Amino acid sequence: MTTAEPTDRPAALDKADAADDASRSPLLEPRKKIEGAVLNVFSHGFLVLWTVLAAGPLVWALMNALKDSGDILSNPWALPGSIDWANWSNAWTRARIGRYAANSLLIVSISVPLTMLFGSMAAYVLARFDFKGARVVYFTFVGGMAFPVVMALVPLFFVMKNLSLLDTRHGLIMVYIAYSMPFTIFFMTTFFRTLPSSVSEAAEIDGASHTRIFFQVMLPMAKPGLISVGIFNFLGHWNQYVLPFALNQGDEDDYVLTQGIGLLFAQAGYRSDYGRLFAGLVMAALPILIVYIIFQRQVQSGLTAGAVK
Amino acid sequence: MTDEGRAATKVAVPGEAAGKPVPEKPRKAGFRNSPRYRTYLKYRFITGFLIVPLGLYAVFVISPFVQTFYYSLTDWTGVSSDFNMVGFENYSRLLDDSTFWAAVRNNLILALAVPFVTLTLGLFFAFMVTVGGRHRKGEAISGVRGAKLYKIVYFFPQALSIAVIAALWGYIFKPDVGLLDPVLPASLSPNGGWLADSKFALWAVMIVMCWAMVGFFVVLFSAAIGQIPKEIYESALLDGASRAATFFRITLPLIRDTVQTGWVYMGIMALGAESFAVVNIITQGPGGPDDSTMVLGVYLWNTGFGQLQAGRGAAMGVALFILTMILAVAALSVGRRRDRVEY
Repeated sequence: MTTAEPTDRPAALDKADAADDASRSPLLEPRKKIEGAVLNVFSHGFLVLWTVLAAGPLVWALMNALKDSGDILSNPWALPGSIDWANWSNAWTRARIGRYAANSLLIVSISVPLTMLFGSMAAYVLARFDFKGARVVYFTFVGGMAFPVVMALVPLFFVMKNLSLLDTRHGLIMVYIAYSMPFTIFFMTTFFRTLPSSVSEAAEIDGASHTRIFFQVMLPMAKPGLISVGIFNFLGHWNQYVLPFALNQGDEDDYVLTQGIGLLFAQAGYRSDYGRLFAGLVMAALPILIVYIIFQRQVQSGLTAGAVK
Repeated sequence: MTDEGRAATKVAVPGEAAGKPVPEKPRKAGFRNSPRYRTYLKYRFITGFLIVPLGLYAVFVISPFVQTFYYSLTDWTGVSSDFNMVGFENYSRLLDDSTFWAAVRNNLILALAVPFVTLTLGLFFAFMVTVGGRHRKGEAISGVRGAKLYKIVYFFPQALSIAVIAALWGYIFKPDVGLLDPVLPASLSPNGGWLADSKFALWAVMIVMCWAMVGFFVVLFSAAIGQIPKEIYESALLDGASRAATFFRITLPLIRDTVQTGWVYMGIMALGAESFAVVNIITQGPGGPDDSTMVLGVYLWNTGFGQLQAGRGAAMGVALFILTMILAVAALSVGRRRDRVEY
């Protein structure tokens, strides 16, 4: 490959250039060039502008997290003069970002693996077995993707209350799993259908049970799909706001991170310790951004799966 | 079914039904291979694997959904266990409720304007980072310089929780610490900031939602554009098509299905969870001054839970559901064409 490249490349280039020259009439060329240049400047300018708009607020929050509250109030645009780390320890302990993050982590570390387990179990059955009602079950699950969670919030609250699951961790975990089923099953069903059946057939002839084939043959083969949806679900559960807002409003000690952020923002009105608030915000945002940058390929494939054929 | 299998059934099943003590080893071997036993195993497996996911889904997703319709016809408070069927009274009262109509209006504005802006920007950026650049590396199609970096940075907001985004923008809009107040002219900078002014509050909500969602569509549309065969672009290039012509004649028609899906998805978010979170966190009340940012999700929660009128809240839930369905059907049927291009 590497030896072939030097000879291949120029040939391809020449061909493209030649094709280009042939397609352009000499008369049209100047006008086209100017039009192209204007478009170029405009579009590149726009791309750069959006980069600034997308990253700017985050950089600004980081900057303010390093300033003391007086400096923030006197000029929100100014760079930090001296770096003040006190905000960070304040946010961690007094605004209890540490505690909320630990609550979120505990819930997500159970809800995501269980979502993946139950989701792929159902998806495998729906993808690989013919049985009466399979289509109905599949569409019942997948139809949930178009379901606005907010609409059923009040009845959901009372379902949880009647089952004594309100304001409990395991209750929240079960609800997270239930609301992640539509996308997880949709994605994993498609994935299991694309896997070759020869390996599982061989295992079946060797006398392996269905359960064993699933756990020891199919699940390992589905690993790339599991990682994509797993990360997708991790982000979804970690960032979930509506469900804990409605179903986990008991003890402030049990709040998850997103609730903690809401609380922090609500407090901004009464206390003017803005440095701490910005530090709390950055602490909530930074780990997730790092996770995203590391896994961005899987995240993007997980998000776009299904929507693109 | 093979003859062997049929024979095995005949041997195994009568023995089983009569419960006679037959010699164990041959019976077991035959029974295990019988098609009937295998069907039993198959269904046992299917049931075992479906029961937990289906159970959780039925209890926490389907049952609240169905209950919403039921409770919308009652005067249930949510507290006491007795309530009466009141027919469509909850609905007829909603028709005279000005806050409800403000919420519907705001929801409609959000569900039309936010997808329009985010999808337009998302399409433009996706086109630029996938096919916007030309004649680089000897390839006919490539993104502009720095395309990879753009894609990563644009996606940043999508990785963050909507709670973090709402709080961050809440600070930006605040008059004392915010970024906007010092730079905006006085006419665009009301006392107390945008969020405290009924003219600007909904704009603030729209800006936050657009900012949060554009990155997702850049990634989604980039993936869709990446599926279009390069030969199509190459031949357009040979014909001397401009960038705009390439976009409108090739890219857009070929990814219209993805655009429609994106529109429905964005519409659902703007009607439901996304607007609920943003309005709940950053606007006063919540719902803004003079209901200027009230949305159905927030109002139904305040009514059904805060004011102990669960029946009325449920009626709003049904209204929200109907609105969502209308939007989805409209988005999916607009401009549906029969001449589908397969590639």
